[in-house]
Amino acid sequence: MVTGKGGTGKTTAAAALALALAAGGRRTLVVEVEGRQGLAQLFDTPPLPYEERRIASAPGGGEVRALAVDVEEALLEYLAMFYNLRSAGRALRRMGAVDFATTIAPGMRDVLLTGKVKEAVTRTRQGHRVYDAVVLDAPPTGRITRFLNVTAEVAGLAKVGPIKTQSDGVMAVLRSPQTAVHVVTLLEEMPVQETVDAVTELRAAHLPVGSVIVNMTRPPLLPEPVLAAGRIDTAELRAGLAAAGLDAKLAPALATEAVEHAERWQVEDDNRGTLTGLDLPTIELPFLAGPVDLGGLYELAELLRPEEVAA
Amino acid sequence: MTRGRNGSAAPQLDLDAVVLDPGTRIVVCCGSGGVGKTTTAAAIGLRAAEAGRTVVVLTIDPARRLAQSMGLTQLDNTPREVAGVDPAKGGELHAMMLDMKRTFDEIVSAHSTPERAEQIFANPFYQSLSSSFAGTQEYMAMEKLSQLRALDEWDLIVVDTPPSRSALDFLDAPKRLGRFLDGRMLRLLLAPARTGGRAYLKVVSASFGLFTRVLTRIIGTDVLRDLSAFVGALETMFGGFRERAQTTYELLKTPGTAFVVVAAPEPAALREASYFVDRLSAESMPLAGMVLNRMRSSGAPKLSAERAEVAADALDESGTHELTAAVLRVHAARARLAAGDRRMRDRFTSAHPEVPIAEVPALSRDVHDLDSLRRIGTAMAG
Repeated sequence: MVTGKGGTGKTTAAAALALALAAGGRRTLVVEVEGRQGLAQLFDTPPLPYEERRIASAPGGGEVRALAVDVEEALLEYLAMFYNLRSAGRALRRMGAVDFATTIAPGMRDVLLTGKVKEAVTRTRQGHRVYDAVVLDAPPTGRITRFLNVTAEVAGLAKVGPIKTQSDGVMAVLRSPQTAVHVVTLLEEMPVQETVDAVTELRAAHLPVGSVIVNMTRPPLLPEPVLAAGRIDTAELRAGLAAAGLDAKLAPALATEAVEHAERWQVEDDNRGTLTGLDLPTIELPFLAGPVDLGGLYELAELLRPEEVAA
Repeated sequence: MTRGRNGSAAPQLDLDAVVLDPGTRIVVCCGSGGVGKTTTAAAIGLRAAEAGRTVVVLTIDPARRLAQSMGLTQLDNTPREVAGVDPAKGGELHAMMLDMKRTFDEIVSAHSTPERAEQIFANPFYQSLSSSFAGTQEYMAMEKLSQLRALDEWDLIVVDTPPSRSALDFLDAPKRLGRFLDGRMLRLLLAPARTGGRAYLKVVSASFGLFTRVLTRIIGTDVLRDLSAFVGALETMFGGFRERAQTTYELLKTPGTAFVVVAAPEPAALREASYFVDRLSAESMPLAGMVLNRMRSSGAPKLSAERAEVAADALDESGTHELTAAVLRVHAARARLAAGDRRMRDRFTSAHPEVPIAEVPALSRDVHDLDSLRRIGTAMAG
């Protein structure tokens, strides 16, 4: 499970993780549930249907498939699979019943989505698991615990019956050591705060937290003492600019930029310290210039090897 | 029309002309999540208040420290005056955080008898719907906006929109909820209760029979009973919900409203902004312009990234002026980011040349005090 505040790059991290886990001839499935077609944009493919499609090959012969789960389709599939109600399901959809059911009880929607993930995780063919790993591009940090805590969500609605049974089955997989919830963040105040909140909530709900993935990190460009002091010797800078054949009058403007760089680094370092306090494995991914493409995903996947991610 | 600074081809957004105009009564800040909508709304509110207007800012989900800077420590649905605002021109700033569930409860109480309201509150479906339905927050934000407008205690209401995936949800969700509460499925469910069950079933035919059969099998009789009870209790309010959503929607089309689209120079944020601009224009809703947050710029724009890097390399090779080389690399990195941001902005402008833009520079720290909000206000004013 890969979550993170909006804008932190959780879809990118999920895709790179799926690539990393497919290395060495394995097969993985990356799933999105929010209907944004983020995976299709990332892999530069046409919009994904509700169907598992191969979207990339991994180093060493592995493959990554992708699936965009549609709630209505998942419900129809569920009705067909467990109740043999394929045509009834279609009739209900025409009446707007499916939309109705998932609207009035948002918990049911989450049970269907996580249920589809569970199905992919546990699916076997000829005695073998179809997927070595399933990566979910999950809802953002603000909603992740509620999304995964499906039993609690439907508890108020159904105390017995098929929905309860289904959600208990999903919950068992989500709480098992087979699952890890990774949180993607940036070294900025709000994403870090949301990461801390989400980890606390996930732990309270007994959901297994995996790693913190710090995305888009940039190395400091100034020497350590300058970063710490947050001051620049302008006289020295003027001399240096003159030596480089540049206008020494640029010194104050460049010094301001350097001081701001040092300030930003300080803020990032404070945030890094807050994340360290979570006592979780932490992986830093570098900032990639320009929009992320397949080449960039392979680069990130190198850094998300299973032994690093504790997945 | 004046063109923007920083090499922009877009017209400069004069936000003061919009928010200080006595004719402007509502400013709606919209945009995708994470672009600084709440901060923008707060900065607009503060600027208008210090220019002498009586303002209320309705925030949906503010960052903790930003909320604290406005004295908002609890979700209590009541506007409170913000301390520290310069009163010299006679203005006042009030702020409130939306409590979605409480707003929903208030509507229920207002439209039913106390006994019936109690029944509704206790129903598990109501609890689910009022606290987590994806459109409830948007609906309640609209509802609160129209309540505040009806009170007419403020010269200007600034609304921050919910942190939805898509900026368009703010416009669509209330109608969806209204339609849903008014919908055919609810009426079908309600029908047996109203006509005494069996007699009705014969009339409506197979479809309803099929519906109950399938539902009973999937969700069980208990759940179905709760659902029916919920629908029955809410019935009296159906028309009300839809009507209210429609009224607020119309309010947003009046000349007293100004939409401000908030974005950051990132592909996803600008894509959302683009959809929103098209949509506002299709609905004839009044767009004031776009606030583009987090624009990175350089204090030495004439020194290109390439030249700075060449100079840094030369210094490194000569083994002297290590600090200057490092500072030149900081500049090169920053000049590249700034150029990237301008490119993103210009792409938006080539698709929407008519949309005025106000640029707000990137800050190295998050905003948590009124002084920072004031600075942002000044930047937005152009």
